[in-house]
Amino acid sequence: MEITISGMIICAVTDDGAKVKDVPAFIVKEEAARQEKARLLSRILKAAVHDLGDGVLIVVRH
Amino acid sequence: MPHGQSIGLGLAMGILARVVLLRSDYRQYPTYPHGYASHLFLGIIAALVGAVSIPALIAKEWTAVTFFVIVAQQFREIRSMERDSLAALEETQLVARGSDYIESIARVFEARYYIVIFVAASAAYGAERGGVLLGIVLGVIAFAGSTLVIKPEPLSRSVEVEPAQVNFKGADLYVGDMFIMNVGLEESRKSILEHGIGAILTPKTETARDTLANLGQRQAILHDVAGILGVKKDIDTPEYTPMATRNIQTGRVGIFIVPEERDAGLLINIIKRTPVLESARGRSLYRKLS
Repeated sequence: MEITISGMIICAVTDDGAKVKDVPAFIVKEEAARQEKARLLSRILKAAVHDLGDGVLIVVRH
Repeated sequence: MPHGQSIGLGLAMGILARVVLLRSDYRQYPTYPHGYASHLFLGIIAALVGAVSIPALIAKEWTAVTFFVIVAQQFREIRSMERDSLAALEETQLVARGSDYIESIARVFEARYYIVIFVAASAAYGAERGGVLLGIVLGVIAFAGSTLVIKPEPLSRSVEVEPAQVNFKGADLYVGDMFIMNVGLEESRKSILEHGIGAILTPKTETARDTLANLGQRQAILHDVAGILGVKKDIDTPEYTPMATRNIQTGRVGIFIVPEERDAGLLINIIKRTPVLESARGRSLYRKLS
């Protein structure tokens, strides 16, 4: 049986590092580049991207 | 052979009952042809048990009757066999059946063997008492009565199903006015708007509201929908996972799916035809009685 961690924030993609704490954060200033970075992380980590607003995207494994 | 006619008729009617009940429908279970072969074989054994038990009773062959009761008990294993088999497939399903649906299917399979035994025994009893014609009549009545009793109730009887537009408010995905989930990727939002379809389920009664609250019932709906319409999803695109979200104030449920075949009418029909699972059946009636 495969054991995986579920229901956790794997990382965040944000325009400002100060907005995210205790989670690995990728800092990308531009909106389009942030979306692309989040998309790549989502596909690589097999996780969903959620938009918290204010320039913060989180990658969550459900 | 003094009871040859009744045993032969009971066996034939029992096998016929199993063949009629062994239909592979849109849920694609049992899988043709290996599933058919094993269930037909077990059906023949069940029919034989039913057919021989009546002449054995009439002839007061108590040892034989005891053996048939022991053999009949073996059919309880059918349920765990089906449960194990379906549970083993769950890990590789994009949209799982869920344990409630598996349990429901396993129960149906077990019950079908008892019907076969009952039909075979009824036909054999009829043949013993009044000849072949009475045997056939009793067998048909037993079959019709039993299938009527175990016939699953479709969801449409207690739930209103309406199509609803998939839309976004910012990053939040809605089906009609019901919130489904937050989708962070712009690309996924565009794709969901283009390909996604949805429906809103409104319970007609308190019992139906309890039924829709059951996670297993909602998973069964999603499994049936995804099985027939297909689903645009892979393991690395979890945002395309079909979802059934409940509004806790009203008890309404919003269904969302990104299907391969974008047919909203078919979606409604599939949801309406989904069986109400035994384990999910609402119990508000008992609440009132107590």
